Order: sequence, then C-alpha cells, then structure tokens
Amino acid sequence: MSNRLRAPFSPTMWLGLVLLGLVLVPGLFGQFFADPDQLRLMAGGISAPPNADHPLGTQNEGRDLLTYILKGMPNTLLIGLVGGGSAVLLGTVLGMLAGYVGGSLDALVRNTVDIGLTIPPLAILIMIAASFPVVTPLIMGLVIALTSWMHPTRVIRSQVLSLREREFVLLLRLSGASPLHIVFRELLPNLIPFLAATFVNAVATALLASIGLEVLGLGSFQTPTLGNLIYFAIIGNAMWLGLWWWWLPPIVIFIVLFMGLFFVSTALDTLANPRLEQG
Amino acid sequence: MNPRYLGRRLATFLLTIFVASTLNFAITRLTPQDPIAALLGRMASRGRTVEDGGEIVARYRERLGLDAPLVQQYVSYLRNLLQGDLGYSLAFFPIKAEAVILRALPWTLGLLSVATLLAFVIGNLLGALAVWPRVPAGFRWLVYLSMPFSAIPYYLLALILVYLFALNWSLFPLGGSFTVGSDRGLNLETLADLLHHAALPVLSVVLAVIGFWALSMRGIMATVLGDDYLIYARARGLRSRRIFSHYAMRNAMLPQVTALAIDFGRLISGQVLVEIIFNYPGVGWVLYNALRAADFFVIQGVTLFMVFTVAVATLLLDLLYPLLDPRIRYQS
Repeated sequence: MSNRLRAPFSPTMWLGLVLLGLVLVPGLFGQFFADPDQLRLMAGGISAPPNADHPLGTQNEGRDLLTYILKGMPNTLLIGLVGGGSAVLLGTVLGMLAGYVGGSLDALVRNTVDIGLTIPPLAILIMIAASFPVVTPLIMGLVIALTSWMHPTRVIRSQVLSLREREFVLLLRLSGASPLHIVFRELLPNLIPFLAATFVNAVATALLASIGLEVLGLGSFQTPTLGNLIYFAIIGNAMWLGLWWWWLPPIVIFIVLFMGLFFVSTALDTLANPRLEQG
Repeated sequence: MNPRYLGRRLATFLLTIFVASTLNFAITRLTPQDPIAALLGRMASRGRTVEDGGEIVARYRERLGLDAPLVQQYVSYLRNLLQGDLGYSLAFFPIKAEAVILRALPWTLGLLSVATLLAFVIGNLLGALAVWPRVPAGFRWLVYLSMPFSAIPYYLLALILVYLFALNWSLFPLGGSFTVGSDRGLNLETLADLLHHAALPVLSVVLAVIGFWALSMRGIMATVLGDDYLIYARARGLRSRRIFSHYAMRNAMLPQVTALAIDFGRLISGQVLVEIIFNYPGVGWVLYNALRAADFFVIQGVTLFMVFTVAVATLLLDLLYPLLDPRIRYQS
C-alpha cells in the first residue's frame, strides 16, 4: 500500500474513530430499541437509581433515563451534522468562489467575514433562540450554521488562493474551461482532506454551541436531546440530591464524542497539511 | 500613525457595532411572534407561571413601541443605544438593565481574567517544553494528555469538578463568590474566601483552555528551534535554561500574545457559562437568570455588551499591534 493511502489510518485516526463509533452506533440505532412508553411521567419510580427495569435509573418525574438518552442522541447528532454541514457547505461555496473569482465578489465576502468574525456567535444565537417559540433540532442546526460559516469560508478561501496559482489551473484556464468547472470539478477534489478536517471541526463547534444554548435553557423542551437532559438535571438539582445517574451519563457521552472528534480532526489535519508532521 | 489605516479601522469598528445592533433589532422583530410573547411562551412551556403576565406584556409593548411602524421603532432603538440606555430590567424594576450588567461585570472580569492568564502561562510553558530537547519523556506525555481536555466543553468539566471537589470531598464551596454573612472587609481572610470560591470555576476554565495554548505553542516552538540565533546562543555556551527563557520563548511568544489579547476581548462572550454551574454572580449568571425570567432588556443588553467588548478589544489590538512588532507595517 502506498504511503498516501495508508496515511488516513494513523493510530490517532483509529483512536478517534473508535471513540466516535462508541457514541454513534448506539446514538443512531439505539432509538429503535427504545420504548416510547418509558418516557411518560411515572414510567418508573421517582429518581430511582439504576436497576434491572431501568438500567440508567429514572429522573424526578419517573421518566426512564436510558430511553431519554437513546431518543435524544439522534437529535443531538442531527444538530451537530446540520449545523456543521451547512456551515461548511456555505463556507465551501463562498470561499471557493471568492478565492477563485476575486475582485468585488471577494471583497464583499472578505469584509462580511471580517465583520461576522468579530460578532460573538453566542450573542446572536441567544437572541435568535430566545425569539423563536419552538426550536426544533433542524432549526437549531441551521441557526448555528448562520453564525459559524465565516471561519470555514476564510480558511477555504485562503486554500483556493494558493491552489489557483498552480500550473494545472493555468492549463485549464488556457484550454477554455469555465470558472465553475475549474472551481468545483478540478479544485474541489484537491481540497477534500482539508474540507473533511474543516467539517469535523465545524461539527464540534455546532455541538458546542447547541449544548451551550441548551444548558442556558434555550433548547426545545419537547424534543429530547442530551443538552436538554443536562439542563433539566441542573434545574432538578440532580447533583445536590446525589442522583449521579441523571447528570453523569450525558456528560460522559459528550466527553467521548468530543474526544473522538478531536482525534479525528487532528489526524485529518496532519493529512491535509503534511508539513505539520515535522512539528 | 497612518491616518488612512486608522480611519479605515475605526470605520470597520463602527460598522461592526452597527451591524450587530441592527441584527439584534431585526432578529427580535422579524420572527413570527413578538419577542415578549415568545419569551413568556417559553417560560409557560416549562411550567413556570408568570404572575401579572398581561401587565408585563403591556409594559414591554409600550417600551418597545411595538405598535409604532418598524422604521420608527428602529430609530428610537438606535437613539436609546447611543445614549447608553438599555431599558429597564423587569426582574429588578426599576433598576436599569445596564446597572444590572455593570454590577455583575467585576465578578466576571476578575474570575475570567485570572483563569485566562493562568491557562496562558501554564499552557505555553507546557507546549514549549514539549518540544524542547532533553525534556523527560514523562513530561512530554503530560502535555499530550492536556490536549484532549481542550476538546471538552468547560461547563461539562465544571460539573464534574463540582461533583468531585465540592460535593464528594467538600474541599471547595458548591458555588457563589463569597461566604454569605462574612464581613467582606479589606483583609486577608476575605481574599482567601474569594480565592476559595473562585478556585473551581477557574480550574474548569484553565483545564479546558491549556490544551489550545500548549498545542499552538508546540507548533511555534518547533519552528523556532531550527533558527540560527538559537544555534548561535548554544555555540556561545549559554545555559539551556537561559536560552529557553531569553531566546526561544521570547520570540515564540509574539503570536501567542496576540491570541491572548483576542481571548481577553472574548472574556464576556466566551466562558461566562461557567458562572451558571457555580452560581457565580457575574454576567453569565445575570444572562441565565434573565433568560429564565423573560427579562428581555437584560438579555438584549448582555448580548450587545458582548458584541461591544469584542469589537473594542479587536480595535485596540489592531491599533497597538504594529507598535509591538515593528515588522508589521500599516497597509495603505
């Protein structure tokens, strides 16, 4: 196997993928084994510790916590994917066009990004989340994307700026290829490792923002998510009452998830910028 | 200083503030519901009943001028902002929103600037030593272990720290910024009490941020190591410790100091959530309680305040940076 093909599967990458798998497999498939009846009020005893019927115990209204987690994880993952995905998609289109076309389009994008980056996302997110009566995971993801596309745009633009000076681009331009063809069919494939790293980071950013909002009480209370679970645990004084099975599991899941994303993004970074390896 | 650069930078600053305040206005007006009804609705959905809900709505509508045309609402909103008038806090009526925020500000500034500085010093030392020759391998592993911590949100770390150090082992208080009922005079006892209360919040932020500094410092130090002046310093027979502090660190620090300045600008908008976990009476705690009490003007005030501090810090940094590093020239 050539070095380039083997490179994506460094030990760091494996570590990250295993950690992600630990969260993603139950997170995606667990919902099908969960019984919605367990989410009703008084499905079990009040604040019951883990037992045979309720492997993760129940919270202060008698709802089963394992079921809540299994039903909530898909929503949390959806927010991360929608938030990170749309931010990178928008950033890719804007960054590539601005970087390649240049001129007034570039000036417009660059200045918007510069101003957008100085506005703290939390400030805008709080106002939006507080103004919407209902925030579904999809809306939450899109709202987060609106405040986080600037960084991907900036880094992708600078990558394109260096790529466009390469010989193969000059050759394509001389042979009359259209700018759109060059940007999306020729430049884009070269950026895939870089875009993958940007995407993983954007997902982590989106998750971070969504948990922050939910811990502030700005999530949707009708939809189970891990962030809401933490919010309710704080509100319900879970920690002070010694109900560790209520507040600890979502935190452990988040820690495993963020570690996984961190290791995968570090491994992808090394792949996208081979020079980092020497450092 | 180049007046053209100064002018352009000031214009960007004013534009940023203007855009952010306009967004702040637009978001609350263009959503399907008026902001007050939305906030009260959210509270009701959580089973929190609002006494005198009708009166609150009426007072808000009057203050916001919600019945006036949109343009007129916008103009009066901007006029109030220019006068530093953020409106009344409804939870602490008749105290103004800006007074509520300013009262909480010293706590946030004290807590988070200590945390930011500590993380900066520890993180950079760890990162630099990680690539320095002849450092024990065990130490190097310590640095690698600190990095994944940066991937964990600080408020999750905070919850675990509260559980371990405050609840389980009772080494630190559960929350608050001082012991209720203490005399709070200007003496060592008060200082010790304040530090005791600040220890866990500071630790959770420090743990979460060290990794960032260590990671970037490691990268910078790796490039500095190969530079000629270090070889020269070694050839002159200087002691390793002196080369480290006076030659390598000094040159590697510049980009880190820039990042530190940006971090200080983000103090209010970055790590304020830690205050919620510890009931620390700073800006984040004010925001949290305002959100729970539908205290619209305080919420809006805090968000505008976040924008303002970041914009001011970025402006100061851009203006001061060329003075710190003569290699940077103003572009005309």
